[in-house]
Amino acid sequence: MSTSDIQHPELAGVDVAGMNRASFILRGALATGAAYGAAAVAPFVSDAFAASGATDIDILNFALTLEHLETDFYKVKGKTVGLSGAAKALASTIGDQEAEHVAALTRAINAAGGKPVKKPMFAFPVRDSASFLKLAYVLENTGVGAYNGAGPSLMNKQYLAAAGSIVQVEARHAASIALLTGMPITPSGAFDKPLTKSQVLAKAGPLIKM
Amino acid sequence: MPSIQANAERPPEPGLVEQLARDDVERKKFLRMAGRRMGAGVAAGGLAAFIAACGSSSSSSSQSTAAGAGASSSATSTSANAANVSGDLAIVNYALTLEYLEAQFYAKVGKSGLFHGKTLSVLKSFGMEEAEHVAALKKAATSLGTPAKEPVGKFPLKSAAQVAKLAGAVENLGASAYLGQAGNIQSKDILAAALAIHTIEARHAATLNTLLKLSPTPDGAFAKPMTMAQVLKVVKPFIA
Repeated sequence: MSTSDIQHPELAGVDVAGMNRASFILRGALATGAAYGAAAVAPFVSDAFAASGATDIDILNFALTLEHLETDFYKVKGKTVGLSGAAKALASTIGDQEAEHVAALTRAINAAGGKPVKKPMFAFPVRDSASFLKLAYVLENTGVGAYNGAGPSLMNKQYLAAAGSIVQVEARHAASIALLTGMPITPSGAFDKPLTKSQVLAKAGPLIKM
Repeated sequence: MPSIQANAERPPEPGLVEQLARDDVERKKFLRMAGRRMGAGVAAGGLAAFIAACGSSSSSSSQSTAAGAGASSSATSTSANAANVSGDLAIVNYALTLEYLEAQFYAKVGKSGLFHGKTLSVLKSFGMEEAEHVAALKKAATSLGTPAKEPVGKFPLKSAAQVAKLAGAVENLGASAYLGQAGNIQSKDILAAALAIHTIEARHAATLNTLLKLSPTPDGAFAKPMTMAQVLKVVKPFIA
């Protein structure tokens, strides 16, 4: 594809190391978001889990990987880009909440008899406050799409309720960053899900790299 | 911090969720405000049917959050599918009713002359999105059965500050309402649609909270659900 097709080039620069399925699907989700926008992430993730016959623990581990990524982004990378004022305060609050998501998902996976994925190594292509906030916005929107896409594949209603509780907070993060940066509050319009699901999937499928 | 288990657990009885809702300062304020306009805690006539209908699906899965209102339900396994459809229809019609009210509210706010400039355009765009939710839910309800009739809303529009507060309360309530139903929806398609709307309500709520200088995440890292009965109780004073 030509570079003019790229919606969120900054996402393509996010590096997730890790050889497990959760990391593979997260890399695919990021690549999909980079190429087709964060709105394409929900159907990609939905299809990835539906096609692979994922268990609830697989999905929770995917969510955990995503939350590790976000926590690392705010709590480690966020300290190196010279944030100040409202941006610094917001990043600090969001980082703490992402860390709570990590802790809760880890406990849930353990309680279900699963093995929580290890925190992978991440690399983020940001240098300053502006590029950090831009990527923060895109990552939060990717997170919304990822949870919304994975939600219907969860068999256990308690996990679904927990995922719903978390995704609502991710959406609130996205809106907060939107207000701070002047980005759209509802980038996908009235629904956090594209209507042309099958078309997007047909395009996004080849982007999964194993 | 709640464990995810505790957080995910469907409340065994309405009392627990009420307790959780009480922890939320903003919601508390709104409930108190709404309470002043409320008489007895009886659901509005036209909405009572939703609660009752929702209860009919509670036997097929985990406890329905509205199970208290549907204690008489006793769907057998042979009618489980029909019960699922009627349960989903009840939830879709419940969401449709809330979205009707939100859309009406924003339409009135847009014409009130209380807002200008960027704030007005944000409120108008939210209203347009609620109208899209109405259209989508009406379509979904029609595919399942009979869609709920549009209620006639009544909203106090006194000052910009009061209306902004009400808008924030409405959106936070909407987000809690969708979250409260996620585990009750049987159809994956309806669930996907509800999730897609849920996070829009969350974005609206966070925006209004920020404008009101409140926390965009009033529940902290884990958003709290509200049951159908709780939500309808709050909404009742706004239905003519």
